[in-house]
Amino acid sequence: LSTSLRNNRAAVLAATAALLLLTGVALAFYWVPNAPIEGFRQRIFYIHVPVALTAYACFGWAAWKALRLLSTRDARYDLESYTAVHMGVIFGILTLVTGSIWARTSWGVWWSWGERQLVLFLILFLFYSAYFMLRYSTEPGPRRANMSAVYALFGVVLIPVSFLAIRLAEGLIHPVVFDRDVGSNLATSQLVTVIVCFGGTLALAAALYTNELLGKRLDAQLRELREALT
Amino acid sequence: MTYLSDVAALARKDLLLELRSRDTVPAMLLFVVSTLVVFNFSLPADSRDLAAYGLLWVALVFTALLGLLRAFMAEREQRVLDGLVLTPADRSAIWLGKCLAVLVFLLLAEVVALPAFHLFFEPVDATVVAAVLLANVGLAAVGTLLAAMAAASRARELLLPLLFLPLVIPIVVGGVGASIDDEPARYLGFLVLYDLIFAILSWASFEYVVTE
Repeated sequence: LSTSLRNNRAAVLAATAALLLLTGVALAFYWVPNAPIEGFRQRIFYIHVPVALTAYACFGWAAWKALRLLSTRDARYDLESYTAVHMGVIFGILTLVTGSIWARTSWGVWWSWGERQLVLFLILFLFYSAYFMLRYSTEPGPRRANMSAVYALFGVVLIPVSFLAIRLAEGLIHPVVFDRDVGSNLATSQLVTVIVCFGGTLALAAALYTNELLGKRLDAQLRELREALT
Repeated sequence: MTYLSDVAALARKDLLLELRSRDTVPAMLLFVVSTLVVFNFSLPADSRDLAAYGLLWVALVFTALLGLLRAFMAEREQRVLDGLVLTPADRSAIWLGKCLAVLVFLLLAEVVALPAFHLFFEPVDATVVAAVLLANVGLAAVGTLLAAMAAASRARELLLPLLFLPLVIPIVVGGVGASIDDEPARYLGFLVLYDLIFAILSWASFEYVVTE
């Protein structure tokens, strides 16, 4: 019974995600007015920014689970932290892709080192890819769980430090040519659309997370059973 | 007081080992000088003055990486770490001792690297030296923790650069900024901030990396 309840939770989350994302995209296309300079194509903002925020949320969630693991030494937090990092990396890649498309449509280049968010996500992508390397090359067990947790905690500290570093480097290595400070003066319609889309991506991440965790737990149980049989 | 004497004993052990075997420091010295020579041929003649400072920082980070690759070699081969964890000493003392040893190796490499850079490329002023000294703390602190992680994995030498480089990008930013900007104070301040944050974090979390 508990398994079917958990299954339902993933389904409810997935339905919420679909509903919110469809509403968000509809709002972004039909309700929000065209941006003054960039025009219609600026609407990728309503996917790009929520996806980026969701990636941060996933990394934060992973660090929280890592902290719980280190304080309680309960092995289940290891799997939860790992799954959260996994989701964070997926949304991080999506951020890089959507950001790259946005850069292409508005400035004609696929990559700009002047774009803070993109550079930060590139660093985070490299950092969290190494997390997978660390996990895959270490024997499973409490020590691997501890190391992964410590690494996940480093990640969440690295985010603000890297952001500060990128801001410092910006004025230095390449002058700021493009200003995309949309966040400072959002109209109500824009704000509502961003919030709806953010809710959608967050629900999507939660649905994927629940589903993935369920699969991984089943996998672990199956392996235990198989070992018990042989 | 016992904590500090533990740290001193552990750092002394590493330095004594290096003094007798001469495994790491000569390799770091040779590496950093050959890197600078390679840079001489990879820089176009008219881009020298500013670009050279950036390459100095690349050379320093990779030299630190080379030293860190060997930091836990003896511990792993002789299974010393298990013994150290069993002693009544605080686990973070192991980190601090190793960190100090790495710091000394780095300083020795820089005693050669900075004059060589001054001779081959651009002048090294007090600001650059200050930035290098500050960066050393961060490199040694983060590097020691990650080296302990990498030593516990199967991939070892392969894993450490992957873990290390994304984490030290802020050090490179701070270091390069302090070297070439007219107002280096905020870059030096940033390096201090980085050192504080990551030294405390590494110090506090080392215990979890070496225990189960």
